[in-house]
Amino acid sequence: MTAPDAVPRLRRGVKAAYDPTRESHVVLFPEGVLVLNETAAAVVGLCDGRTSVQGIAARLAEEFDGVRADDVAELVDRLVARRVVDVDG
Amino acid sequence: MGEAPQADAPFGLLAELTHRCPLRCGYCSNPVDLVGRGDELDTARWCAVFDQARALGVLQVHLSGGEPLARKDLPELVAHAAGLGCYVNLVTSGLGLTPERLAALRGVDHVQLSVQDADEAGANLIAGVRAFEPKLRAAEAVRAAGLPLTVNVVLHRLNVDHVDALVALAERMGADRLELANTQYYGWALRNRAALLPTREQVARAGEAVEAARSRSGMEIVYVVADHHEAHPKPCMHGWGARQLTVTPDGDVLPCPAAGVIDGLGVENVRDRPLAEIWHSSPAFTAYRGFDWMREPCRSCARREVDFGGCRCQAFQLTGDAAATDPVCTLSPHRGVVDRILAGAADAPVEHRAVVR
Repeated sequence: MTAPDAVPRLRRGVKAAYDPTRESHVVLFPEGVLVLNETAAAVVGLCDGRTSVQGIAARLAEEFDGVRADDVAELVDRLVARRVVDVDG
Repeated sequence: MGEAPQADAPFGLLAELTHRCPLRCGYCSNPVDLVGRGDELDTARWCAVFDQARALGVLQVHLSGGEPLARKDLPELVAHAAGLGCYVNLVTSGLGLTPERLAALRGVDHVQLSVQDADEAGANLIAGVRAFEPKLRAAEAVRAAGLPLTVNVVLHRLNVDHVDALVALAERMGADRLELANTQYYGWALRNRAALLPTREQVARAGEAVEAARSRSGMEIVYVVADHHEAHPKPCMHGWGARQLTVTPDGDVLPCPAAGVIDGLGVENVRDRPLAEIWHSSPAFTAYRGFDWMREPCRSCARREVDFGGCRCQAFQLTGDAAATDPVCTLSPHRGVVDRILAGAADAPVEHRAVVR
């Protein structure tokens, strides 16, 4: 699993956007679209190449109840598997 | 016809801007009856198609053809689609894609560049023109512009043994992704099927080579299997009228690029009816949407959720009935048709695609 101090960033060619038709945040990338739930959208929004997994969890904890670094790391793993996110560190 | 199943919004629009193309690949999936320049939608009409597509839910616009660079208004079309918030994918042969031309295409998010073979002689033979060197320069231009690059190779009898060299070439071109897609037999490829079909041994070796390359390469390698050699059909388009739609150069709206071959489908045109109505309720889109249209062996099959009964166009082409199970499936009573096609594969010249102006 992605380490707590790892720093995720959106890969080149990946765009985060809001789709008014579906009223959802989405990630657009070559040949694919991911429709995000509220938590995933918040995580993707913080995959900025500066904030660590731990840092993302801390930021989300200000907004949502019961956010754990492990949950964030697991979501980042899934985004890495879909080639949406790269991880430094 | 019963009540149409409720359709979700499509994610993708394949905009076949033109059938004109500098290449003459015999594996081309464009229809044998190519649309001429005089019948192409004009700039305003394409922009209206993009507006309607975005309103319908489309988030990805694949600008394809033919060769989209053959359209002089491509910069305008790119800018319009990008301005709507769509992810713009340029699907190109690379011929004519100079740094200057690319710089004018503001709003392209990703470039998919076709490559015909790993070496110049083989590639030019398939393309029917000297296309290899210009493609290397096009790849350079894409990299220099900082855009993500996918190299797409259609695999067949003449190049399927070159997987290792194709992977090396794509790496040299700086590709982020490599698509190795076995030929699908529609349009010109159907006409050249016997000469394009690989042997079972070739397919097995290619599969192993892809697996090995995936474990050593940093590129994402997407592999599209040779469906005739499989026991079960491909999940064509992830279901009919489910995720994507195609607009042809003259404005026909299709559930998939090949669907024009199905007789009596009731294809409608963007010149006559809004895109959303065509997507949700035209006969062409509702005919095979969902599962209600299925007969046995698909109807009661657990795999129907996996492969959606395969490809309607292939069912039509090989059995004359678009509602039949894709005959690639070993559960289809028509599987013998596919086995006879495989037995008929042979070393033979590949006929080049016609030139259209």
